[in-house]
Amino acid sequence: MRAAPVFPLAGWRVPKLAVYVAGFVPAIWTFYLGVMDRLGPEPIKALEQELGLWSLRFLLLCLAITPLRRAAGVDLLRYRRALGLLAFYYAALHLSAYVALDHSFDWIAIGRDILKRPYVTSGMAAFVILVPLAATSNNAAIRRLGGKAWARLHRLVYVAAVAAAAHFLLIVKSWPAEPLLYAAATAALLAMRAFPAVLRRARSIPAPRRRRALTS
Amino acid sequence: MLIRHSPDIAPSEITPYSAYLRRREFLAGFGAAMAFGGAAQAAPLAAARGPFSTDEPRTPRADVLAYNNFYEFGGRKSDPAENAHRLATKPWTVRIDGLVAKPADYRLEDLIKPLALEERVYRMRCVEGWSMVIPWIGAPLSEILKRAEPLGSAKYVAFETLVRPEEMPGQKGLLQLLPWPYVEGLRLDEALHPLTILAVGLYGETLPNQNGAPLRLVVPWKYGFKGIKSIVRVSLVETQPKTSWNMQNPREYGFYSNVNPNVDHPRWSQATERRIGEGGIFAKRRPTLMFNGYAEQVASLYGGMDLERYF
Repeated sequence: MRAAPVFPLAGWRVPKLAVYVAGFVPAIWTFYLGVMDRLGPEPIKALEQELGLWSLRFLLLCLAITPLRRAAGVDLLRYRRALGLLAFYYAALHLSAYVALDHSFDWIAIGRDILKRPYVTSGMAAFVILVPLAATSNNAAIRRLGGKAWARLHRLVYVAAVAAAAHFLLIVKSWPAEPLLYAAATAALLAMRAFPAVLRRARSIPAPRRRRALTS
Repeated sequence: MLIRHSPDIAPSEITPYSAYLRRREFLAGFGAAMAFGGAAQAAPLAAARGPFSTDEPRTPRADVLAYNNFYEFGGRKSDPAENAHRLATKPWTVRIDGLVAKPADYRLEDLIKPLALEERVYRMRCVEGWSMVIPWIGAPLSEILKRAEPLGSAKYVAFETLVRPEEMPGQKGLLQLLPWPYVEGLRLDEALHPLTILAVGLYGETLPNQNGAPLRLVVPWKYGFKGIKSIVRVSLVETQPKTSWNMQNPREYGFYSNVNPNVDHPRWSQATERRIGEGGIFAKRRPTLMFNGYAEQVASLYGGMDLERYF
């Protein structure tokens, strides 16, 4: 028998499936509110924004896994793939809402937006980057690509995060707090990677031997 | 020596017991009255149907009252409805000054009394790409301006919103979205145009605070932000006045800000708009009309002007 855990739930791990299930709750809830016409005076915009925001949130959570591990010793690595895929699924839903609900498949207007409007261009860029990352977020792809190549490919997530945060900042008038906070969080999570020494000192332990875990 | 007086009237005889039992309700009500500090309660306002009114379906009153850009009360659309009750709109004084023969500080009641109030059902197009149809109650700005007798040298009209941070939470704190006071302006011929009104009500009642009580500008062929709210000063001036959004970002918001589907905002298209309260999440966008559909009335004001340059 195991010794009684220090924390009541220590030793008990949240199954990955639960992360996916919980992750889709905001989408289902938002769609439900939308169909019931309870999303306020501009429901399509509200739906679009909510889906986009959750994509950005999952992306940032995904980026927080490594700093948490290095600086705080909290290892949530096994949930990173789920978080990354949720970020992609929400980005896909967000894009679908933009294409189908917001612009009623007006491909000319949508194409013009993508080419001409930096806020759309950056959002689209973030999504396009997430596509290959999502497609290779499985063990078979890691084996096929080899750990090093896979890790190099997945460093593109940093570019996607910057593009996503810029996407949010570029759509608003003036400088409201929310997009600024998300941009600051993105910058902070990326800075921790640019200056890993800071993190190591924070914990005053030697750097882990394998800097990048190859399983996601 | 201690002289005992038996009280003439027992407290229980002064206050009926039933009222005594409800004393907390009274206190609660009094507290609320203080919190709302003289904020104008929406009161019925009679008005004859005025010209230029559209027959399009009106945006539901609840949406007109809940979805507002009024950054003095916060940056989210729901902030004004939540916070604007703090604004005390009585008493209210409007200064009319500058290049006029009769500059004066008007009490709001005196300013409005001589006016024949009309209902004007206008389209309102926000620069963000959404629109409403709102039954305003007001009177042509020209009537008020004429009373002050503008001088020949007056070429523009400058407007100013109240600054009262203790009642307008958006005017204090770390992150303020605009410089205060909010200021707007019109060319004199735009200000005198019969479509331009000063509104004191909507939907048959005095203006709710979040919609710019007690007095706001409505210029239906321009983007909504030109419709300055809670006005305290109107000045006739010789040179083009500064305007808040233009100061905040001159590349994106021009002085004229006429609704124009052919001149995009640098960051988004102005070709289409979404009508608030129309059809939930499956509603389609509608094309934006030149001068918001008022081209027949106002296009002549801009004859020969390059509207891409003077956006």
